[in-house]
Amino acid sequence: MSATGIGASVRRKEDQRFITGKGHYTDDISRPGQAAIYFIRSPHAHARIKKIDAKAASTMPGVAAVFTGAQFAEDKLGNLICGWTVHSKDGSPMKMAPHPAIAAGKANHVGDAVAVVIADTLAQAKDAAEKVVVDYEVLPAVVDPGKAAGKGAPLIHEAAPNNTIYNWHLGDPDATNTAIKNAKHVTRLEFINNRLVPNAMEPRAALAEYDAGSGNLTLWNTSQNPHVARLVIAAFIGMAPEHKLRVIAPDVGGGFGSKIFIYPEEVVCLWAARKLGRPVKWTAERSESFVTDAHGRDHITKAQMAFDADGKITALKVHTTANLGAYMSTFSSAVPTFLYATLLSGQYEIPHIYCEVDAVYTNTVPVDAYRGAGRPEATFVVERMVEVSARELGVDPADLRRKNFVRSFPYQTSVASLYDAGDYNASLQKALALHDYKGFGKRKRDSERHGKLRGIGFATYIEACGVAPSALAGQLGCGVGLWESAEVRVNPTGSVEILTGSHAHGQGHETTFAQLVADRLGVPIDQVSVVHGDTDKVQFGMGTYGSRSGAVGMSAIAKALDKVEAKAKKIAAHLLEAAEADIVFKDGKFTVAGTDKSAAFGEVALGAYVAHKFPTSEIEPGLKEGAFYDPTNFTFPAGCHICEVEIDPDTGESTIVGWTAVDDFGTVINPMIVEGQVHGGVAQGVGQALLEHTVYDDKGQLVTGSYMDYAMPRADNLPSFKVNTTMTKCPSNPLGIKGCGEAGAIAAPAAVMNAITNAIGTEAINMPATPAAVWAVLHKAGRAA
Amino acid sequence: MAAVSLTVNGKPVTADVDPRTLLVQLLREHLRLTGTHVGCDTSQCGACVVHVDGKAVKACTVLALQLDGANVLSIEGLAGDGPLHPMQEAFREHHGLQCGYCTPGMIMTAVDIVRRKGRDLDERTIREELEGNICRCTGYHNIVKAIAAGARAMPASAAAKATE
Repeated sequence: MSATGIGASVRRKEDQRFITGKGHYTDDISRPGQAAIYFIRSPHAHARIKKIDAKAASTMPGVAAVFTGAQFAEDKLGNLICGWTVHSKDGSPMKMAPHPAIAAGKANHVGDAVAVVIADTLAQAKDAAEKVVVDYEVLPAVVDPGKAAGKGAPLIHEAAPNNTIYNWHLGDPDATNTAIKNAKHVTRLEFINNRLVPNAMEPRAALAEYDAGSGNLTLWNTSQNPHVARLVIAAFIGMAPEHKLRVIAPDVGGGFGSKIFIYPEEVVCLWAARKLGRPVKWTAERSESFVTDAHGRDHITKAQMAFDADGKITALKVHTTANLGAYMSTFSSAVPTFLYATLLSGQYEIPHIYCEVDAVYTNTVPVDAYRGAGRPEATFVVERMVEVSARELGVDPADLRRKNFVRSFPYQTSVASLYDAGDYNASLQKALALHDYKGFGKRKRDSERHGKLRGIGFATYIEACGVAPSALAGQLGCGVGLWESAEVRVNPTGSVEILTGSHAHGQGHETTFAQLVADRLGVPIDQVSVVHGDTDKVQFGMGTYGSRSGAVGMSAIAKALDKVEAKAKKIAAHLLEAAEADIVFKDGKFTVAGTDKSAAFGEVALGAYVAHKFPTSEIEPGLKEGAFYDPTNFTFPAGCHICEVEIDPDTGESTIVGWTAVDDFGTVINPMIVEGQVHGGVAQGVGQALLEHTVYDDKGQLVTGSYMDYAMPRADNLPSFKVNTTMTKCPSNPLGIKGCGEAGAIAAPAAVMNAITNAIGTEAINMPATPAAVWAVLHKAGRAA
Repeated sequence: MAAVSLTVNGKPVTADVDPRTLLVQLLREHLRLTGTHVGCDTSQCGACVVHVDGKAVKACTVLALQLDGANVLSIEGLAGDGPLHPMQEAFREHHGLQCGYCTPGMIMTAVDIVRRKGRDLDERTIREELEGNICRCTGYHNIVKAIAAGARAMPASAAAKATE
C-alpha cells in the first residue's frame, strides 16, 4: 500500500478551502441583479386558502412581484412527484396526491408555501410579506399516524381515502403465523421509531437564473444529485427541456438524505427567475428548514419474534404504520418498504418473516429518507427484539445472537435480500474483546456503589446499501435505474481529471477517488482532480445517498480506469516498439516484459495526444474513457456496536461511558474517512435515541420548531468512540467495497436503547430516552430518589 | 440607513447599512467574506463565530451598528495571506471536518478556547467549551482531537496564562 493509494489515511485535499473559509456553498454565490424570494407559509396544519390579498405588499419598496399558488397554477407546470411506485396488497398503486410547488386550494401542513414575495433585498421581501393578507378557513388536522386512517380523521387528499397511501406487505403470512403458534417462546414488543429533523448544518438554498438570449436556465442548488434534480424538473415538472437546464450543486454542507429530494423552492425560484427576467435566490432560515426539509423515520411498530426450544429464531412478524406526512416526497414510498422489510432478517437465519406496512398521510412535514432510510428502523426492530428475547429467555445476548447468526454464504433470506458475504461472529468477537465485555459486571458494581445505574446494549446490524441493481429496482417500482457514471480524462501533461456522477457533501471524494486513481495509474495524488456537481460538465449520474459512492461510484471509475489502462497499453506498445501482449503496467510505468525498456504513464499520456507514433486509423488519439457501472447486487455492510451507559437515577440523565464499533465495510479506501463516517453516523443515532424529538401538538403545530426546542447532539452529549473493522470483501463489485456512510446511524439507536433498558430494568420506554422520560420510568418503578 | 466604521481582518471598512443588519450579513453580503456561515436562527449553532476585539462572538447575534470602532477577525483573516494557523492545520491533520460548513466557526471558537483555557486542554474541557458549536457530520470525536492538537501547537502568546 502506498502513502496515497488504497487503504491509506490520506489527509483530505478539499480541506484547504474549508478551513480557510473559501468554500463555495450555494448561499455564498450571488448573481448580478439578483432578487431575494421569501416564502409565505401556512401557519395552520390544515386550512382552505380562501383569498390572498397582495395589493399592499406589491407596492412596497423594492418589491418586484407577489405570486400566489393560483398564479403559479396558471402556468400549468407539473407537480412534484414521488418516483418509486409501491403497490398495495390488493395490487392497486399507491395513492400519490397532487403536490403543487405553491399550494393553491388548501394548505396541508404548517410550512406549506401559499405565496411568495420577490424583492431587491430579503429584508424588503419580508417587510412586504407581513402586508400580505391570507384568508384561511382552518380545518381539523390529524398528526398521529396511528389515528390518520381511523374513523373521524379529517381527509387530507381526495385521492387517498382514509388518508391511506398503501397497505404493503412482504413475506409469507401463513407460514409465519403457524411458526408463531407453534413456538416455544414468543417475544412481543411495541415501539415507536421517532420522527427526526435531518438538520444538515447548511440550510437548503436555491439560486435560479434565466438567460433570455439562449433560453437557458441555471440552478445552483444544495442537491445531493444535480442530474436527478435536472431530470425531474425538466421532464416531470416541465420547467424546460432537459438540455436547456443546467443544475450546479457546488459545495454542499451536509445532506444525510434531506438534499436528495426535489423541493418546491427550487422549482419556484426557476419559474420566478424566468418570469421576472432576473436571478432569484432563496436560502432557508433554520426554523424554515424545520417545516420544509423532509423529516425522517416516524414509524409505529408491533412485532413478534418466535423461538424454538433451542433458542433458535423461527419467525418474525412485524406490523408498521409509517407516517409519510402531508405529501409524498421524492423517494418516500420505498423507505418503509423495500429499504425496511428486506432487512428484517438481520444477521440471523429466520425461516419465516412477514411484514405489513400501512403508509398514511398526516398534516405534518413530508417524510423521506434520512441517513439509513429504513434500515435504522429495521435494525431497531430486530435488535431490540433479540435483546429483549435474550432477557426473557435468560440467555446472554451475545450468545443468543451467535446461536442464530447466518454462517454460510450466499444466504437467501426470507425477505428477498440475498446476503453475499460476511462473518458476523468475527465482528462480534472483536467488539466483545475491544469493549472488555467481561469487565462489565465489575464496572456495573462500581457504578452502583456510586449510586448510578449501568447498562450495556448490543446492536449486531446488517444493512443493504450500494443502491442498486437497476433492473431489480425497476421491478420493485423505482422509476429510475441506480447505476453510476464516471469519466477519466487523462490530460496531455499527465494530470488526470475524474468526472463523476457521484456528489460529495462531506464524504471526501476529492481525496478518496483520487486515491483510487493514484493507486491504479501511479499518478501523484496532487495530479488528480475530481469534478462533480455540474450537469454541464459531468454526464448523467445518479448522485450520492444510500452509501453508494464507494461501491457504485468508485466501481464506475474503476471500469473507466480499466479502459484507460487498456488503451494506454496499446499506445505504449507502439511507443516502445513491442507487442501489446508483452507490455506490463505497474507502479505508473509501462515496461516491455523481460527488458528494461519502459515508458512512464505521463510519457504515454503525452504520446496519446501528440499522436505521432501510432496508427490513428487503428487507435484514436487522446486518452479519455467513460463507464457506467450497474451494481449486480446490493452490498451488505454489517457489524457489532456495543453501547455502555451510566444513568443517574436522581436526574434520569444517561451518560454514554463506552462505545465500541466493529464494522465490516469490505475494502476500505481511506480508514480515517471511514472512521469519521462511523463517528458521525453514531452521533446521529445517539441523537435519535437520547435527544431528538419532533413534537407536533394536536392542532398540527410543530412545537419543536427550532434549536431552542429540538435537541441537537453537542460535543458534551457524546463520548469518544472505539472504532475498528473486520473485513470480508464484497464479491459483487470490482473493488470489494460495501459502503460505510450510514452504518453508525443504523446501529446506534438499538445499541443505546438496549443499554438503557438494561440499566433501568424495563422495556417500557421509547426514544428519545430523555432524562425526563427515564426519570419518569424509574419514578414509576420506585427506583428514583 | 446608518453608517458604521470598523476594522475587518486588519482593513478599515465603512458601510451604510439598514439598522437591522447583523454582523454576519455585513461580512457575507457587504464585504463578500462568505467564510462566516449562518446555520441557525436562534444563536445556537456557532457557524457564525468570529472574533470581535479579540474575543469569540456569534456574528448572527450582534448588529453591525454596535461595532463602530471595533476590530473584527473572521476565518479569512486568521491566516490571511500567510501560512495556515496551527488550529487550521490541526483540523486537516485530524480530519476534524467533513462538509466544512461548521468548520470556520469551530476553528474561531477553538482559538478562543485556547485564549481562555490555555494550551493544555483535556477532552472534557473541550467538549464542554464546544456547547455553542454544533456539527452534524463528525460526531465531534475528531474535532476534539484536532482542538487538543491545535492548542498544543499554538504559541504561548496566544494562550491564557496560568495565573489568569
